[in-house]
Amino acid sequence: MKILVTVKRVMDYNVKPKVKPDGSGVVTDGVNMIVNPFDEIAVEESLKLKEKNGGEVVVLSIGTKDTTTQIRAALAMGADRGILVLADGSVDPDAAARLIKAVYEQEKPDLVVLGKQAIDDDSSQAGQLLAEYLGLPQATFASKVDVAGKTVTVTREVDGGLETISFDMPGVVTADLRLNTPRYASLPGIMKAKKKEVKEFTPAALGVDIAPKVKVLKLEEPKARQAGQKVPDVATLVGKLRNEAKAL
Amino acid sequence: MATVLVIAEQAGGKVKKASLAAITAGQQLAKGGAMHIGVLGENPADAAASLLGYGAAKVHAAAHAGLAHYLAEPFAKVVADLAKANGATHVVLPATAQGKDVAPRIAARLGAGMASDISAVVDDKTFKRPMWAGNVVGAVEITTAVKVVTVRVSEFAAAAAGAAAGEVAKFAADPGTPKAKFIKFEEVKSARPELTEASIIVSGGRGTKSKEGYKATVEPLADLLGAAVGATRAIVDDGWVPNDWQVGQTGKVVAPQLYFALGISGAIQHVAGMKGSKTIVAINKDPDAPIFQVADYGLVADLAKAVPELMEEIKKVKG
Ligand SMILES: Cc1cc2nc3c(=O)[nH]c(=O)nc-3n(C[C@H](O)[C@H](O)[C@H](O)COP(=O)(O)OP(=O)(O)OC[C@H]3O[C@@H](n4cnc5c(N)ncnc54)[C@H](O)[C@@H]3O)c2cc1C
Repeated sequence: MKILVTVKRVMDYNVKPKVKPDGSGVVTDGVNMIVNPFDEIAVEESLKLKEKNGGEVVVLSIGTKDTTTQIRAALAMGADRGILVLADGSVDPDAAARLIKAVYEQEKPDLVVLGKQAIDDDSSQAGQLLAEYLGLPQATFASKVDVAGKTVTVTREVDGGLETISFDMPGVVTADLRLNTPRYASLPGIMKAKKKEVKEFTPAALGVDIAPKVKVLKLEEPKARQAGQKVPDVATLVGKLRNEAKAL
Repeated sequence: MATVLVIAEQAGGKVKKASLAAITAGQQLAKGGAMHIGVLGENPADAAASLLGYGAAKVHAAAHAGLAHYLAEPFAKVVADLAKANGATHVVLPATAQGKDVAPRIAARLGAGMASDISAVVDDKTFKRPMWAGNVVGAVEITTAVKVVTVRVSEFAAAAAGAAAGEVAKFAADPGTPKAKFIKFEEVKSARPELTEASIIVSGGRGTKSKEGYKATVEPLADLLGAAVGATRAIVDDGWVPNDWQVGQTGKVVAPQLYFALGISGAIQHVAGMKGSKTIVAINKDPDAPIFQVADYGLVADLAKAVPELMEEIKKVKG
């Protein structure tokens, strides 16, 4: 089976983002950039499916030339080849979905696997948009994926419990945290990744207009919560909760 | 002028409370225009009837056997059809698991731009929304004629019902033929209040030590207070508690009156889901744990000792 998996370059999740003074973005100078954690899970799942069923895993990313680093990271984990769609600045989820669609139409994979959200803009839209644009079934927030023949069965984390749905390929899956634990790239894997093919396209070459439907006007830091007080013991805590906070 | 379509979520004929936050956002957007409410299901008539008191120009019930179980494809089609039939300029859904799953497909069908998880309505095209796990708030503008938003439930008050007015309008739903199939739903049954609806939440992290430790500390305290229970990702991953209990960036976002963080370090991804709580209590044995930076009341103590004491003390004062 052929799998198209997407990765986004994002700031390290351990770094608390700082908004630029003019509110135009966050400070990225000197900040470690990583593969979006949900996408790393998507790559791992794609590799597992390939190991079981044979086939090929193609990694796609959209971003500046620097994004090659994140594609190579996925190739080092074991993906076969990469595609980079070169785009400066912000690409909204809708434009990203239409770019992925254009690549899908060239590659014709059986399955597209994405992370359920990117930890920078937390939109959680691209997979669903892609599925609708392609007229494909979707299984978002996946915590378990089984493939038998053409049929994909997915357990999803939803409100109030776990839901299971299935579809016949092709289709779109988005990965939740508990789907798997991504492997580390091995040294030979990293060496091999350097020789793997990474093709580059521009949005224009794919025939996609990336003018955003949603513009980010301004970023700000939310009002910080004031740290409160330490209390010496349980009795004081309960007293304050009753008399000060009126919460009990 | 705005024509706003709010999609309410229902299960078994009852409207989910999260829908009332979406109605509040819908009322804000509809100012001067009209708000419609839509409910989908095999038999959503009762749920629709219960929504007649929220000032909607019309409450639409879209009934079809093909909508018995939620699935993204048929729900997106029916909502988009309903939006078109009513000339909706805005479609508003709660940012529940269903809302997050279906809203982008609705947007794609309508050629609409979408803002996820909005925390405020600025005007009819501008919204605020949390980004980077809530460490940044972005003001975003949707530039398309039709706009889709999902609403962060903890950021909007639940709409209050007035006197019921009008009748439910039946919408002839055509769900099409979905490619995905519903197989089953395994409900996590609980006698406790739902996390997103509770006024008190007791959450535990790795500091509870084990599945048994969580059961022996978090759960009795929650039951004493009539509270919901929550957890960090760390212990959900370890299988101590169901995933539905996770609070945080990638779990539930909650804003109760009172939040207890027991043995939780306070990672930004966890805090993202609970910092809107009115009063936060943290108990942690590490005086430098980051959770103390967001807690109104912090107690440096071992849970094994502090929680039983706390329960005794609460029983004493509450009689
Ligand atoms: C992409 C991504 C998304 C994430 N999303 C979420 C999310 O939605 N929700 C979430 O919660 N996390 C999330 N995380 C994980 C998060 O970063 C933390 O790893 C997690 O919240 C830590 O859980 P914890 O506080 O239980 O464990 P720890 O960080 O291990 O903290 C345990 C705490 O217990 C204290 N303790 C230990 N023993 C005792 C005792 N006897 N008495 C009192 N205190 C004690 C310790 O001092 C410590 O502070 C996410 C991470 C990533 C990368």
